[in-house]
Amino acid sequence: MPMTITEKVLAAAAGKESVKPGELINAKVDLVLANDITAPVAIKEFQKIGLDKVWDKNRVALVPDHFTPNKDIKSAEQAKLVRDFAHTQELANYFEVGRMGIEHCLLPEQGLVGPGDVIIGADSHTCTYGALGAFATGVGSTDLAAAMALGETWFKVPESIKFVFNGQLNKYVGGKDLILHTIGQIGVDGALYKAMEFCGEAISQLSMDGRFTMCNMAIEAGGKNGIIQPDEITRQYVEGRTKRPYTFYTSDPDAQYSKVYEFDVNKIEPQVAFPHLPENARPVSQAGHVDIDQAVIGSCTNGRMEDLRLAAEILKGKKVHQQVRLIVIPGTQEIYRQAMREGLFEIFLDAGAVVSTPTCGPCLGGHMGILAKGERCIATTNRNFVGRMGHAESEVYLANPAVAAASAITGRISHPQEVL
Amino acid sequence: MNQQGKVWKFGNDIDTDIIIAARYLNSSDPVELAKHCMEDGDPTFASKVSAGDVMLAGKNFGCGSSREHAPIAIKAAGVSCVVAKSYARIFYRNAFNIGLPIFECPEAVDEINEGDVITVDAASGAIVNQTSGKHYQAVPIPDFMRQIIDAGGLISYVKGRVKQDV
Repeated sequence: MPMTITEKVLAAAAGKESVKPGELINAKVDLVLANDITAPVAIKEFQKIGLDKVWDKNRVALVPDHFTPNKDIKSAEQAKLVRDFAHTQELANYFEVGRMGIEHCLLPEQGLVGPGDVIIGADSHTCTYGALGAFATGVGSTDLAAAMALGETWFKVPESIKFVFNGQLNKYVGGKDLILHTIGQIGVDGALYKAMEFCGEAISQLSMDGRFTMCNMAIEAGGKNGIIQPDEITRQYVEGRTKRPYTFYTSDPDAQYSKVYEFDVNKIEPQVAFPHLPENARPVSQAGHVDIDQAVIGSCTNGRMEDLRLAAEILKGKKVHQQVRLIVIPGTQEIYRQAMREGLFEIFLDAGAVVSTPTCGPCLGGHMGILAKGERCIATTNRNFVGRMGHAESEVYLANPAVAAASAITGRISHPQEVL
Repeated sequence: MNQQGKVWKFGNDIDTDIIIAARYLNSSDPVELAKHCMEDGDPTFASKVSAGDVMLAGKNFGCGSSREHAPIAIKAAGVSCVVAKSYARIFYRNAFNIGLPIFECPEAVDEINEGDVITVDAASGAIVNQTSGKHYQAVPIPDFMRQIIDAGGLISYVKGRVKQDV
């Protein structure tokens, strides 16, 4: 029976020859993940099951990245609960502050997720790892607790939607723009309960960093997972990095899709998603005059090396607008170190930006860049819901790192070409 | 079991940041979370809602974060069940796992007004608007989800499985 890549990965994990959309399966998981917000709830639920140990101490990853370094006593208590559990359970993949990174930047970098894996994480952006050809999806804490006990979980096999990106990417257009454009076309529930499979010439040419960005935001269209067939670029990324054996699955040519969308990327320019939904995407040239108070470059969506290099390219020799705060957050300690080696911090600091240790802080209105009433921020993050980055009457505009950097310079939403 | 309560209506794409803002996620205490339920959408909601009340909403309810704190906050605020046109999938799963009954019924959402008193049969998904007298039937819950509910939630279900394995 012809199958999509998503169906093949799930079938293998369920020990079945084939699966079809709508089918309920029990699948083995290769890794489970939680953070300092979701792990405490998962740990409490896990303890109710009455088991002494998790199913596999090498396959439970805990990353305290949301309110860390701890922003207050309550978050310190939560982080301590996670830390104590990790130590008691002798978890191999607990990442303390100083060795920590934003989970979805960190896990691929550390080779903990790979092609053909099934991964669940108590964080909605777990779908990021689909960029490697894995089935990765977000769940809640109770699902996570059950998987920590059993090493498996149940899934309803999703229907797949195919998104074909034809043509050549324009300058300053990357994964973020493709996914914002896509969500703009189909809406925030356009892929509800579905697998989003990204393919086509433009995807083949996209770097791993750009692919992570695209799959990261599948959830913003309601998708169960985002996925890209592994290829030579994937191979180069995982070789020497991914710790477990991996399998490259590909969709059969006659696999069934519930829908197919085709995009001509020659016509796509840098995108900006206006408040208060990621689907409010429009080309930056149609943004009009929007003054900003803050710009954030970072997060699990756009806090990778390529993103920082792009921002630095725009900011080099320029100054951040007098009335703007620019916050740059490398996604992991490795990215931080690499950016330092390449001299990017000089560029950011010369421009008048602040550079932070890895944290999810501002993305979810946690800490490190909260907005006051009436303030506007352009951010490379993934959500612009009401109150997402602070006051319920503040606004978040989503864009790629080049647009965020250019806007930080002009003080209003701008195309990168404006500042060159 | 029949749930009866007053209806609070919300629109489409009610996200998890509206349901419980991240600034309160340095706690997972249901009582604390309930105090801030729906705060960025309607700051007075938590003080207005009474035990047994029902939330009605449009499409894609619970979109966004995986935070289980969202259905926990709704349940702890006293809401007996949610009826929406559709749900974001992580929220849907979380609601079952923590024992918040949720139903899909677009007609009920379109026709029932805020303030109406409705009865929802949590077993069958039969909805009766006591104010207008109209009846509705929600989309049936899949058998597998029903097994989880009957077991007393996911953790009880897993406990049963772990015991069998021993």
